Amino acid sequence: MLAVGLGHYLVVSALLLVLGVFGIFLNRKNVIVILMSVELILLAVNLNLVAFSATLGDLAGQVLAMFVLTVAAAEAAIGLAIVVIYFRNRGSIAVEDVNMMKG
Amino acid sequence: MIAAIAFYVFAFILLICAAKVVTSRNPVHSVLFLILAFFNASALFILAGAEFLAMILVIVYVGAVAVLFLFVVMMLDINFAALREGYQRYLPVGLAVGLVLLIELGAVLLGWQMAPEAMNLRFAPIAAGTQNTVQLGRLIYTDYILIFQASGLILLVAMIGAIVLTLRDRGISRRQNIGVQLARNAGNTLVMMDVRTGAGIGELRIIRPQAAEPAAGAHDAHHGAHPGAAHDGGHH
Repeated sequence: MLAVGLGHYLVVSALLLVLGVFGIFLNRKNVIVILMSVELILLAVNLNLVAFSATLGDLAGQVLAMFVLTVAAAEAAIGLAIVVIYFRNRGSIAVEDVNMMKG
Repeated sequence: MIAAIAFYVFAFILLICAAKVVTSRNPVHSVLFLILAFFNASALFILAGAEFLAMILVIVYVGAVAVLFLFVVMMLDINFAALREGYQRYLPVGLAVGLVLLIELGAVLLGWQMAPEAMNLRFAPIAAGTQNTVQLGRLIYTDYILIFQASGLILLVAMIGAIVLTLRDRGISRRQNIGVQLARNAGNTLVMMDVRTGAGIGELRIIRPQAAEPAAGAHDAHHGAHPGAAHDGGHH
């Protein structure tokens, strides 16, 4: 069981998610900080999963949180690799310079 | 009581760190605050009884992901001041979207209640008296084995992808050329010289070959032509 109510965990996780989204908007030019914001959002998801898992006494939430963690690590590695080769090609990591594919 | 105080302390530091991650001027500071945020999140996990996930969070995020971020931030020579130019312009829209999201989440939290039959729908109830890690292991290796294998596959694909994306051959890497190695014999690599007692190598003109260090990029072409020349001159 949780030491504090489930609501407290949910509030913390909601604030963390909002901060992550806010970070994406605030650092619109800096890909690295955007990736960090995505990590914060995924951390908020994990916090929610663990809080519900502890409240319900169901371990499936923690298993799912572990897989979220795995995917988050893979995403960070691939994202940073793309940042590195992008910087190597263009000499910049500004998001608005990403127009080589004319999308 | 102590657990509740600890929860509030860790949650407060977590949120402060998250705010500093997105607002700090220096990305290195952002990464360091991210590390602190992950530590506090893992403390919250421990308070919720998920010890294994807490340790995994520290190992994976602090030990791998945050170091990766730090490495990339420090390795790339980026003018981070220029990247913050639109900061003031994006602040209002960011605040607006954040506020809308917060209001929506608040509405969900206020109006939300647990379904009455939720406790009967549990998939893997936590048994009292068994360690979190043991239970998690039993679950992962039985019911979730396919997802577990799939996540391993995801990590493999991510690893191969990251390596393939960032690997570049600049022509200075010295690979083993087995054909050239096997074609070497004593005749074209070894020179027998008479050395007088007490004479220096400069006097006897025993010097390293001039072409001992070929220019970058020319190594492969050079390699086959003069098998002995490209190598160290210590065989005299």
